Amino acid sequence: MQWDIRSARTATAAVALLLAGCASGANESGMISSTAVSPANASTAAPYPSTYVPGDSVPTLIRNAVIFDGLGNRIDNGSILMRDGKIVAVGQNVAEPDNAVVIDANGKWVTPGIIDVHSHLGVYSSPGVRAHSDGNEATAPVTAEVWAEHSVWPQDPGFVRALAGGITVLQLLPGSANLIGGRGVTLKNVPSRTVQGMKFPDAPYGLKMACGENPKRVYGSKGRAPSTRMGNFAGYRASWIKATDYKNKWDEYETKMAKGQKADAPKRDLELDTLKGVLDGDIIIHMHCYRADEMAQVIDMSKEFNYHVGTFHHAVEAYKIGDLLADNETCAAMWADWWGFKMEAYDGIRENVPLVHNAGACAIVHSDSDVGIQRLNQEAAKALADANKAGLDIPKEVAWTWLSHNPAKSLGIADQTGSLEAGKNADVVLWTGDPFSSYSKAEKVYIDGALTWDLMDKTHQPVMDFELGQPGAGDAK
Amino acid sequence: MKTLIKAFTSSLAGLALFAGPSLAQSIAITGGTVHSMGPAGTIENATVLIENGKIRAVGENLSVPAGFQTIDATGKQVTPGIFAAFTQIGVVEVGAVSGSRDGAVGEKTPFNAAFDLSYAVNPLATNIPVSRIEGLTRAAVTATGGDSIFAGQGALIHLGNGFDPVTKSRAFMTAYLGEQGSRMSGGSRAGAVVWLINALKDAERYRTEKNPSAWNGVVSALDAEALGPVMRGEQKLVIHASRASDLLQIVRLKEEMPKLDLAIVGAAEGWMVADKLAAAGIPVIVQPFDNLPSNFSVLGATQANPARLQKAGVEVSISDTSGDAHNARLILQYAGNAVANGMPWQAALESVTINPAKLYGVADSLGSLEPGKVADVVVWDGDPLDVMTSPDKVLINGEDIDLVSRQTQLRDRYMNLKSDTPFAYRK
Repeated sequence: MQWDIRSARTATAAVALLLAGCASGANESGMISSTAVSPANASTAAPYPSTYVPGDSVPTLIRNAVIFDGLGNRIDNGSILMRDGKIVAVGQNVAEPDNAVVIDANGKWVTPGIIDVHSHLGVYSSPGVRAHSDGNEATAPVTAEVWAEHSVWPQDPGFVRALAGGITVLQLLPGSANLIGGRGVTLKNVPSRTVQGMKFPDAPYGLKMACGENPKRVYGSKGRAPSTRMGNFAGYRASWIKATDYKNKWDEYETKMAKGQKADAPKRDLELDTLKGVLDGDIIIHMHCYRADEMAQVIDMSKEFNYHVGTFHHAVEAYKIGDLLADNETCAAMWADWWGFKMEAYDGIRENVPLVHNAGACAIVHSDSDVGIQRLNQEAAKALADANKAGLDIPKEVAWTWLSHNPAKSLGIADQTGSLEAGKNADVVLWTGDPFSSYSKAEKVYIDGALTWDLMDKTHQPVMDFELGQPGAGDAK
Repeated sequence: MKTLIKAFTSSLAGLALFAGPSLAQSIAITGGTVHSMGPAGTIENATVLIENGKIRAVGENLSVPAGFQTIDATGKQVTPGIFAAFTQIGVVEVGAVSGSRDGAVGEKTPFNAAFDLSYAVNPLATNIPVSRIEGLTRAAVTATGGDSIFAGQGALIHLGNGFDPVTKSRAFMTAYLGEQGSRMSGGSRAGAVVWLINALKDAERYRTEKNPSAWNGVVSALDAEALGPVMRGEQKLVIHASRASDLLQIVRLKEEMPKLDLAIVGAAEGWMVADKLAAAGIPVIVQPFDNLPSNFSVLGATQANPARLQKAGVEVSISDTSGDAHNARLILQYAGNAVANGMPWQAALESVTINPAKLYGVADSLGSLEPGKVADVVVWDGDPLDVMTSPDKVLINGEDIDLVSRQTQLRDRYMNLKSDTPFAYRK
């Protein structure tokens, strides 16, 4: 029943958000021509706007928990108070307000919700049949014009499984067949009839790019470019040259308009809109890249064309260049232990995440998997255990930064979520025990303060349409 | 100078690698909590005596004989070596590099069931050290895929040193029913069942064939011959299937051909028919992470599957079920998660030690810590099923294994990015 209410409220909120979007666009841009929509605004004050509204919540106080705040701190016998979707207070001494639901978490842990920066839920949905293969527009090596959100099936049962694993926010990305694969989208992990109902309001867009073996294999096998790594780079660079030219034309046009001069708007191009968004600093680069030497080349390319690489994904060899990543303020999003499935994954080691962290760079544990996303806490645990056995000394509360704060930075939403601080979104997980254990599970998952998953209460366990009426619907999964 | 010393020690390590089975060590593991997985049960403060590659004794208050090297396991957990029940350890180096991958035969071969994977096992595969330093000491190496419902015959291997990894070749036959079987047999899962039954009948007919050169069967003469031991119940037939109705077809097959020695791998919907699997005495190999409706054969998949099967009396082994080479080492994480989803801890440890040994018919020598059995022993720094635990000692065939792999060497090379020695000279 709860979800019906959410959906009904969503409809009215959509109208309000739409209006707000128009108003802020006009205020910021002032002189924008009424006939031409600037691509700058096309990429920020975007179409297909979020219709998300937080679910119903009640003021909730969780006390007596071990709290990892996501910023590297641990609070024993800690309390956290949530109200109206926000965190009100975190600490050892939080006064119990009237009318709050109080949960005694003795022996349990509280953390920020886990944020997965690399998921293909909804674009490669379960069941994994051909009809659900919507993640790679592998018909041309550069498809910056496609948007993952237009592929997302919000009924993918994988979203609910991820929720049961404590995932509160996730970025869905196109696949890695293409040099430039298209825009990703950042979602709140709430059940909704539409992807718009899941979209994280005002989260920056990401752009998926890919290094190495995949693009050159996919296109080389079709007898076209790229078929080599040098072909990959030629492809990226040609795109950035076009994008720079496009940006210059729009900048020139907007400058003239601002001065009140006559000017003709350049012709809009969907592919170049997105690339211009990167050059303008509005869209964040998420680049699939395994090898250390290739990541170093990509960083140089970003300097050639004056943009920033936000995060390397998979980054199996990131441990070899942690210093370079730190210097360039580029994150690495990694698996704990995937290796060996192809040449560029041959040098994978189990200490990759902690060694990147130790080099002072922004380390992230990601999934790229509908299985891995269900227990990213265990992925972090494996990496942490091996690193500490090898002589590093990283506390668990510090390792939790790999799961929430660093991913939030990577997605450009760290001002809103990823850590337990007063004023932040109440994206909170109560764990049955130490989350760095095989035996612990997410007991309660709050998204913007709304209890979205409860391990102990089936009325708070969503079932997607696909699974309704099927074997095992509503079963413990 | 430092570099020189390092170079010298690493060349010694290289020698050790090629030295073959080492001198049998006499070892006493003392003070640990021993999970014997055998009649001795779990023993606190126990001693395990190892001699000539075998376990000599397990118990409390055993005196350590003269000449035994002692491993102090105080505060630690001791278990039999972990047995990976369905893997491609040793037959794949890099997944996407065809020349380094030997786990399947395809359309150019005139045989499938006759495919004998033991010829391909490489004792120097890097995934052997990668796996054993996480506590894996034995593996059932399976053929997978190919263009027939029969993938071929797998081998049992040890993950110790030396050039003799195969302990049993042609140990089992792997076949596919359900969706995968359907793809190999004309596009229907029913076709796969018909194919399987007639192939087995072929095996029977081939034995009495007077003129093999005139052989005309569902499968080739080579395959008909290879299926003889399966038909006679002398070789395990491991069938990949997941949908509850497909599993019932396997139960029916067992009723019709009672001699068959069957096991099921996959069995994601096994919990729905657990009582029938138990009554038929068919063991299963399951992956506890299976809980998504990844295809229409696993709509009922749940992480509770291992626990429910075990509770119903089915002999459960836990493993990856696709035949993973590189991360077969994760089976302990899988087993721990089975516990988190209702399986008793002891049963989960059985599912990665004694149960795979039983499934492959080698429990007389492997799978538990009992006098006379092969000394595959692991000393853990904590609960072996918990995800932050790792081995402090791994013994295979009684030999103390260096906890080193290509991965730990890469780690050590790049541990300190600021060192004066150039990276390529750190070995």
